[in-house]
Amino acid sequence: MEIDPFIFRFSIFILAIFVGYYVVWSVTPSLHTPLMSVTNAISSVIIVGAIIAALAGSSENIFETSNIFGFLAIVLAAVNIFGGFLVTQRMLQMYKKKKKNK
Amino acid sequence: MISANLSAIFYLISGILFILALRGLSSPETSRQGNLFGILGMIIAITVTFLTVGNFSTSTIYVFIFLLIGGAIGAFIAFKIPMTAMPELVAGFHSLVGLAAVFVAISAFKNPEAFNLGIPGDIKLASLIEMSIGAAVGAITFSGSIIAFLKLRGIMSGSPITFPGQHIVNLLIGISIFVLIYFLCSSQSESFFWSMIAISFLIGVLLIIPIGGADMPVVISMLNSYSGWAAAGIGFTLENTALIITGALVGSSGAILSYIMCKGMNRSFFSVILGGFGGDASVSKDKKKDQKPVKSGNAEDAAFLLKNASSVIIVPGYGMAVAQAQHALREMVDTLKKNDIKVSYAVHPVAGRMPGHMNVLLAEANVPYDEVFELDDINNDFANTDVAFVIGANDVTNPVAKTDPQSPIFGMPVLDVEKCKSVLFVKRSLSPGYAGVDNELFYRENTMMLFADAKKMTEDIVKNI
Repeated sequence: MEIDPFIFRFSIFILAIFVGYYVVWSVTPSLHTPLMSVTNAISSVIIVGAIIAALAGSSENIFETSNIFGFLAIVLAAVNIFGGFLVTQRMLQMYKKKKKNK
Repeated sequence: MISANLSAIFYLISGILFILALRGLSSPETSRQGNLFGILGMIIAITVTFLTVGNFSTSTIYVFIFLLIGGAIGAFIAFKIPMTAMPELVAGFHSLVGLAAVFVAISAFKNPEAFNLGIPGDIKLASLIEMSIGAAVGAITFSGSIIAFLKLRGIMSGSPITFPGQHIVNLLIGISIFVLIYFLCSSQSESFFWSMIAISFLIGVLLIIPIGGADMPVVISMLNSYSGWAAAGIGFTLENTALIITGALVGSSGAILSYIMCKGMNRSFFSVILGGFGGDASVSKDKKKDQKPVKSGNAEDAAFLLKNASSVIIVPGYGMAVAQAQHALREMVDTLKKNDIKVSYAVHPVAGRMPGHMNVLLAEANVPYDEVFELDDINNDFANTDVAFVIGANDVTNPVAKTDPQSPIFGMPVLDVEKCKSVLFVKRSLSPGYAGVDNELFYRENTMMLFADAKKMTEDIVKNI
């Protein structure tokens, strides 16, 4: 009997949920807003699917329906990736330790 | 072109980098490094995808163009957005992830060969189920986030929209999504696919409209979680480890945040989802309110009280964000500190419209993060403090939550500001907070109300100290 590859992916999925559970509980509450914006940015790794979709098919007709949806998804995900990481970085810059001169 | 095995290893690496990105957030010191790990993980994932597809043609150029267009828009928003608008921004970003998931699912359905899922009309059953779930959750995330965005932005009223039979309707629509997925799998017909997506968009709207403004922190966290599950669904379709790991991380992260927010309000997740909370109907004690005397003061009185205190705790809330008063507040605190007054900040878990909202605003105003405390860490200190300065917060200070079992907010953990020798309350009027409950604190002996815009009042106090 062979194990379906789905089961392997499912195992990764379940283990990642557990990793996520423990990692997120250790996030300090004062950084919950950056946590949300960074999870937003990383979930846009969905762009890999969009790139595959956009590049699929023959080179004569690069704007088939499926390609168009791929390109649209690239734009959406790219907004999120750049916006998400940059806004997180901007917020985290503010959490730098301040020199107490007073 | 690199082999599928090698690219799978790289996707695993980027998944691990994403875990490290979240791990970094356990302290402000390591958080910036964590963010860099996240960026690195993303670069690896994108590069590997290009190398795996391998066929560099005109479409590759278009991919770059679209990538740059999106990136430029994203960067522009990231630099322009004021920190007070962070909840709307996050809601908006969630909607994009959701829509991207829907689009990728549509592409996979239209052109399954590109993803090794079979041929149109004969897509592998498992893949079809996975992409349907990804598309459905993505669509719910998209339309739900749009509604959340409109409510947070103030374009749509924050009060809940309810109608009779709402829950039954939602339930039926929810079931119909599963029925459609079943028919889609047995017939492979495109029309079932499109109707499933359309209905998912609809249910997203219906799920969020009954939820009131006070519950927005839960809604944002919940949509965060959904966007993760949508990504994971697509990850299964594409057999991509990076997406599966990320989806699971984001999904559990959002779920934990929702849990923390619910606990901060002592409400069950289901009662939040079912909605209807925070309407006008629950204002019950109007009569009593009119009879009770209220002590109100001006900036001079407040300055006098603050100057003569030896310790002050600041309690910021959503009102501070609306009035953009955080910088003025910081100025006031600086002045107090020069007079050797001990000042700290108390942040309630649900202060503001999203988890950690107040912390970001205070950080923006250069408040050192070690002066900002969470509810559990500071609540015992109120008894030994001279003045509590409540700016823009309301429900989270209401002692009714501890005393009146009839109150809708009974049992909610609150900041014990009434234990301070005196309480200064900056507020525009006596109106109840988002929970629709009158705050008993307004009428206490040791409370002084400062009726004004939070920013203006704070500035006036600075002048008078």
